[in-house]
Parts: sequence; C-alpha cells; structure tokens
Amino acid sequence: MLADKDRIFKNLYGVHDWGLKGAMDRGAWDDTKALITKGRDWIVNEMKASGLRGRGGAGFPTGLKWSFMPKESTDGRPSYLVVNADESEPGTCKDREIMRHDPHLLIEGCLIAGFAMNAHAGYIYIRGEYIHERDRLEAAIEQAYEAGLLGKNNKCGWDFELYVHHGAGAYICGEETALLESLEGKKGMPRLKPPFPANVGLYGCPTTVNNVESIAVAPDILRRGAGWFASFGRPNNAGTKLFCVSGHVNQPCNVEEAMSIPFRELIDKHCGGVRGGWDNLLACIPGGSSVPIVPAAQIIDCPMDFDALKELKSGLGTAAVIVMDKSTDVVRAIARISYFYKHESCGQCTPCREGTGWMWRVLTRMAEGRAQKKEIDLLLDVAGQVEGHTICALGDAAAWPVQGLIRHFRSEIEKRIDDYAANPHGDSVLQAAE
Amino acid sequence: MAVRRLAAEQPKSFSFSKKNEEWAMKQIAKYPEGRQASAVIPLLWQAQKQAGGWLPEAAIRHVADMLGMAHIRVLEVATFYTMFNLEPVGEHFIQVCGTTPCALRGAEDLIKVCKKRIGEQREVSKDGKFSWLEVECLGACVNAPMVQINDDYYEDLTPELLEKLMNDLAAGRKVKVGPQIDRQYSAPSGGLTTLKGEGK
Repeated sequence: MLADKDRIFKNLYGVHDWGLKGAMDRGAWDDTKALITKGRDWIVNEMKASGLRGRGGAGFPTGLKWSFMPKESTDGRPSYLVVNADESEPGTCKDREIMRHDPHLLIEGCLIAGFAMNAHAGYIYIRGEYIHERDRLEAAIEQAYEAGLLGKNNKCGWDFELYVHHGAGAYICGEETALLESLEGKKGMPRLKPPFPANVGLYGCPTTVNNVESIAVAPDILRRGAGWFASFGRPNNAGTKLFCVSGHVNQPCNVEEAMSIPFRELIDKHCGGVRGGWDNLLACIPGGSSVPIVPAAQIIDCPMDFDALKELKSGLGTAAVIVMDKSTDVVRAIARISYFYKHESCGQCTPCREGTGWMWRVLTRMAEGRAQKKEIDLLLDVAGQVEGHTICALGDAAAWPVQGLIRHFRSEIEKRIDDYAANPHGDSVLQAAE
Repeated sequence: MAVRRLAAEQPKSFSFSKKNEEWAMKQIAKYPEGRQASAVIPLLWQAQKQAGGWLPEAAIRHVADMLGMAHIRVLEVATFYTMFNLEPVGEHFIQVCGTTPCALRGAEDLIKVCKKRIGEQREVSKDGKFSWLEVECLGACVNAPMVQINDDYYEDLTPELLEKLMNDLAAGRKVKVGPQIDRQYSAPSGGLTTLKGEGK
C-alpha cells in the first residue's frame, strides 16, 4: 500500500485546513520561484520523465502535451492555460475533493503549468453544480493574490492571472473543445480537430486544456523529482492516482493509491470489500461510465492501470471504479448509462444524436426482455456505426458500454428474451424502435 | 438532448438589481476586451438566482443586451445548458441524481419519495415549497445516492433520511449539508484507511 508520505493529496478528506496556511504547512507554495528559475525546458522534461499521463480519462502524456505549446508568441497572440474542472463522468468525484479540500495544489500547479507553456492567464472551468467548490476555489485564489503568489510581479517570478469560470450542467463541456466553446459564451458543441487547441484554442489563441488532477500533481512531481513519481506503478503507467470507488462495496470512498494496484487490494484495503463477499461480485466498470464493463473473473486480480485494463478491452479512464454485485440488473444498469448519453449528446453529429436515443430505447426493451435475439446483433452493429463517426468522443463513450455489455452479458439478454417470450403478452415484440 | 422550452407564462420585464449589476461588471472584466460574451453563463446563472430559481425570457434578453449579444445566441445558451430552469421551481428545488452509480445504491427509492411527497417531475407542490427533477451525474458518486437541493449537496441518503430532510426544510429547520450519515466527506464510512496521521 502507498505510504502516507508518498501521497500528494494530504488533505483529501478535508480533515485539515484547506487555506493557504494549511496548504503551506503541507508543503505547497514552497519556493515555487526555484522551480520557475530552473526554466521551461527543465519543467517540461521533468513532466515527461515522470511518466504522468493525463488524469482526465484519455491518458495522454501531460509533459508532451505541454511541449506542443509555442515557446514564443511570434504573432502577438497570447497563450492560455485552461483547467478542465467540469467533472461529470459518471462515477468520478475526485477533482471535487481537490478543489474543496486542497485548492492550493491546483492553483500552484496552474502557475507552474502556465509558465511551462508561456501562458500569463489561466481559466479554471468548473462544473456549475459545484457551487460550494467554486466558492472555495475563488477564496483560495483570493488568498494567493493577497499573499503575492499570483498576479503581476508576484513572488514566484512569473506574471500569472487565474480566473474561475463555471458551466451550467452540460457533460459535453468536459470535452476540451466544447469546453472552449462554452468558455467563449456559446453552446458546448465540440470543434473539429485539427486545428488543435495548442494552435487555435481559446479566443483563437494557443491553449492547453488539462484535467484538475494532472495540474495539481505537477508541483509535487517537480519538487520530489520525476524518478519519485515514476517509481509507482508499472512502466508506462506511472504515479499515484485518485481512485473513486462507488457502487456495491461496503465502504465507497475516494482514495489516493499507487497506479497498478490490483483491484482486489484496492477494494479490500480501502472499501471494506465487496458487498456480500468476493463471490458476490458480478462485474465492474473500472474507469467511469464510458469504458466497457468487465466481468468479475477478469477484473479481480487485474492491475488498475491504463495498459492492463486496455488489454481487457476496457480502460482506466478517470479511475472511477463502479462495482456491481450479483443483485445488479446489469442490462438496466447499462441502459441507464445509455440514457445518460442520450441526455448529454449535444446533437451536433447525426450518429450520436440519433444513435444514443436509439440504443437507449432498444436496451430498455431488452432489459424487460421485450426484444428479439437478432436485435442484439443489430444493436451491436448500430453501436459500431456510432463509434468513431462523430466529431468528439461522446459517440465512442456511448457505444463502448453497450458493446461491453453484449460482449460479456449476451447470455443474460438472451435469457430475458426467452423468459419474456415464454409468457404470453399482448403487445408485439416487433414494435419499431422509432 | 432534451426538449427544453420557455414557460408559457412569463413576467413582463427583468433587470439586474444594483448589487448584481456591479457583480456582473466584475465577471465581464475577467475576460479579454471584446470577449464579454464569455460571461454569458455566469450572468444567466445570477439572473436565475435573482428571479427565484428560474430564468424568464425577459432575463435572457436583458443579459443579451448587457453583453451586446444577439438575443437568439443567449436563448441558445439558456436552452442548451440544463441548469437553467426555464419554468418556475419550488422554493426547495430537489435534483435527484439518477445515473448508474447512484442508481446502484438506491436512487430509484429516492425518486419514489419525491413522487409520493411532491408529485411528478417539474410539478411545484401546492404550497410552493418543493419541486423535483431527475438529473444526470452530479459528481458525488462515492457518496451515493444523493440529491442537490438549491445550492447544497445532501449525500449518503436513504428514503427515510430524504423524507426527514424534506420535513425539516418544509418546517424551516436547520439541516446538515453533505453526508447525512456519520462520515468524513468522501472517506470510507468505517473510518480512515489512509492519512491517519495527526500531522498537518
């Protein structure tokens, strides 16, 4: 188990002072100027060497992302740092803890990241529902300004303005280009890429969008060294990670652990085991609702990291572990996820706008057994046609849970259809799916 | 996507209070020159608060005029983002998270409580105290099931706890925000497994 001294988020549970003084006692803002003095290239190289992969779900190397930003502005356009705090992936609630209990880790990270990408301004886009978290973050930023850590001619040696912006309840704004559109005051509809935000982002200027956790761990990585961070987890899956374990465990919780911790250890050590014991485990969604479900036998001893879960045709995503025991109606559970994507589709691309609703309706019928077996393959076919045929990844995210369900629980769907057909019913199973 | 339309009955006019007007100017100043449209969501949100929890059409036009935006652009924003209530809500507006992590831990039972006590979704109770809505993931999944009532999260609920909460709110009693069981925010309910040190 990860030792407390190796944890970055020492106030994860809000036991201690969230304010500047408490944060400084825990080691934040400790001679930030020294890090800045080491220069941009050193910071980017350390971040690359640490092996940190973006914590927002896609797992793109953070250092590499920073290196895409122009080193100098040749055309007068400023660069921007934008922090994605629009935490909305079902199962995920880690950034919330950072913003309400340890906001200074994020704020210091913003300054350092801003320096590394030649940005003098940053916007933190927090989801609208997090009202108290927003107040907390704004209060913490205010403290940093008063202490001369942010703003012009600050103690850290890099002029940096940091603003909090909020959304108003749209999951799609967690997609980076939709977030930028929203920040510009428009509907959150994703942009076509290229051009990528590092060239044309916020207000047409070079922009990097990073997840809260990716930014908040940066100062600790730079202070303790890339080698320290890289010493946790398997190669290519370095570091410590906040896991959000929800669902059917005895004690759901957020916890910071080393990457690649086996699923069983994670659940036993921190969550009091699976409800009803390990034999009662049905399946797990290991990385937020977007990633495919994994049945019990495959997940139990799997290391929780990007590569191991990819081998199981799932993913680490945001490390939001949703555990399901045998009391779960798995078809309904996935149908509810399909409803989520139907609700959150922005409506821009036809395959997603029409496909998400279609998949939800068919799955809802299947959950009751009111379907035909040939429709299972039809559903799989439609999911395949949504996946990869949309501007952003919401289409993929809507297709994957459906594909995962059919891959592992096809027999369950078939059984329901048989059960339903074995009993006489008035309505026709041939009802069109609209 | 969800179908969202403006309410049939609308107040004739809306304008920001002096205090909110000043607040709005500060928001607009966060963004570069000529990019004041960026402030549209914060301003609409403040307008909704001032109007009593929902966003009248007059407020949408007022915000558009303030920001120099076409009315239709702001109407687009107001109908796109689901936190903008386009029709009146109860004094205590209950948003029940119904997405899978909450559903696994009993969100459907919370919905039954709301239905029994208030009625159908979006219906405001006769005394004007409550209305409710099933919403998508509110991002407090390890404290499931949960609801948001106005600005506050109420977590680790059971049907009984939600009923008690509603009784207390209706009676104007003070209520505890956050986890409704004995629990340190998102830590394991049985006690800390990490970060147990007294230290910092």
